[in-house]
Amino acid sequence: MKLTKLFTGAAVALGLATGLSTAAMAMDKTKVGFVYVGPVGDGGWTYEHNKGRLAVEAEFGDKVETVFVESVPEGPDAERVMTQMALQGADLIFTTSFGYMDPTINVAKKFPKVKFEHATGYKQAENVSVYSARFYEGRAVQGTIAGHMTKSNIIGYIGSYPIPEVIRGINSAYIHAQKVNPDVEFKIIWAYTWFDPAKEADAAKVLIEQGADVILQHTDSTAPQAAAQAAGNVITFGQASDMSEYGPMPRVSSIIDDWAPYYIARTQAVMDGTWTSVNTWDGIGAGMVGIGEISDAVPADVKATALALKDALADGSYHAFTGPLKKQDGSDWLAEGETADDGTLAGMNFYVEGLEGDIPQ
Amino acid sequence: MDLSAINPVLLIASLMVAATPILLAAIGELVVEKAGVLNLGVEGMMIVGAIAGFAITVESGSPFLGFIAAAIAGALLSLLFVVLTQVAQANQVASGLALTLFGLGLSALMGQGYVGIKPPATPKLEIPLLSDIPVLGPILFNHDLVLYLGIALTAAVWAALKYTRMGLILRAVGENHDAAHALGYKVIRIRIMAIMFGGACAGLGGAYISLIRVPQWTEGMTAGVGWIALALVVFASWKPWRALLGAYLFGGVTVIQLNLQAAGVAIPVEYLAMSPYLITIIVLVILSADKSSAPAALGRNFHASR
Repeated sequence: MKLTKLFTGAAVALGLATGLSTAAMAMDKTKVGFVYVGPVGDGGWTYEHNKGRLAVEAEFGDKVETVFVESVPEGPDAERVMTQMALQGADLIFTTSFGYMDPTINVAKKFPKVKFEHATGYKQAENVSVYSARFYEGRAVQGTIAGHMTKSNIIGYIGSYPIPEVIRGINSAYIHAQKVNPDVEFKIIWAYTWFDPAKEADAAKVLIEQGADVILQHTDSTAPQAAAQAAGNVITFGQASDMSEYGPMPRVSSIIDDWAPYYIARTQAVMDGTWTSVNTWDGIGAGMVGIGEISDAVPADVKATALALKDALADGSYHAFTGPLKKQDGSDWLAEGETADDGTLAGMNFYVEGLEGDIPQ
Repeated sequence: MDLSAINPVLLIASLMVAATPILLAAIGELVVEKAGVLNLGVEGMMIVGAIAGFAITVESGSPFLGFIAAAIAGALLSLLFVVLTQVAQANQVASGLALTLFGLGLSALMGQGYVGIKPPATPKLEIPLLSDIPVLGPILFNHDLVLYLGIALTAAVWAALKYTRMGLILRAVGENHDAAHALGYKVIRIRIMAIMFGGACAGLGGAYISLIRVPQWTEGMTAGVGWIALALVVFASWKPWRALLGAYLFGGVTVIQLNLQAAGVAIPVEYLAMSPYLITIIVLVILSADKSSAPAALGRNFHASR
């Protein structure tokens, strides 16, 4: 049964427009699957994706059925989970972590009738879309606040893995912190995990011990916030989720991922049979990246500067990577007034001038 | 590179904190294994202890009650393992793995209302005068009570196993349960006590993570500490002081690699990140020359009629 379904699926996808295959299935509920890298209760990345899933359910009610698997390791296991979902009749599968990129492509080849959406990746296929948010725009805002707020001029940064998305965030935060505070210095720790509260807390503690009074993070839990709170005079930012429970101090603002509109739109597209493979990369302007309320711990003038930057990023009058900018080794990157193109940003593997240390290769 | 940014005193103080959950869980498992039982459910008991301790602390406002609740929760969960292996004679390895999976799920369920809540701070035991001594003060006299409890427990387990009649009986049960049975000792009963002790210790270790090391609840927050504790028992050749040494070594390397990264040391980060495991393996190989002490009946079920 499943095998025949598979073969028909392959034949249909080869011969006909994608629209017809979905129309054939329109009788059933549309089944939408989600593969999560962390637990839905992480308070950060996965928590927000799951909010998007719940929004899909709320929007379509009985017309959809959603399934999800949480804490799926990035590796062969992910492929197994996706295959399982596809075999169980999912029409659309969102795979929500960078490390699922190759597994998604592999599984998508086996199930041409199923639509896949991979978050933060760059490999597309006929039935694989990629989508991501321009988090670096939010990090520009954070960097501005961080540069103003630091008294020790040392800003700690907890990175997850040295992939373009994380490096982009570090560069963006550094450029804008440095703009308002030329003496600022970044200390970077690579945690090699997206989610390990104990390790993230340890990393935050180490950075604080080494003099950092602002902690930025690109990992998913709220452990750094807790560590900052214990230290007293350290500020942090919510990552992926608002993390407002740590406001007004140590969490003074946040970058929020809002996936709900995208998930709803893509599910609708599958229902209508209009789904095509796209590459979506939206930022503050489109609402995919939100800036959480800037708390009263931040002085009013700093807050105004940050909000002005946010508005400029939103309406497109300012690009977070605008020249003159040099690479870490001193070579020229962007000339005066020039802005970075998406291709360079998507594959960014270098630090900008002024950042210390090497990117692990 | 700026090594001067690393403060060795703070480094040692924080490695002790990082080592304590591993140590607590390992000491408990050491006793269990000395009694001849292999309980692979440490991770599950830890995470249930973490949420139970967290929930009770939040509800009651008292970290002290929280830690007691965590120990009780760990022990209660271990009763499931008791029923499976000691009563129903199920396979210990499979039962232990099941216990971990069950614990992870149960804790996620129990913790649903506790995401994003901050627990009351656990007070530090600041001994006047002593904690003001430079260098030694912050390292030795400026911690929470549970950290000292971990060290005290190591000493107590060591002394009990080595010098007391109770310890001798426990070891006898672990070495040869048939002989112990023939001598009239209640093998099953002794093993049940040991398993519950192990569960209580694992629960304490879990609560240490959710109340002191991270102070918050997130699903899956023990992130493999239970497995490290299990490995540590073998690494320590079932000797309590070596477990302490191993826990500090592991906690130390973990903290040091983060410190080196923040100080910008030019060693590739991958080596730093794998160093705790690498060093554990190296020491394991060195210590494996000592073949003295794996309990002979480890992992074997006992039934009186056989």
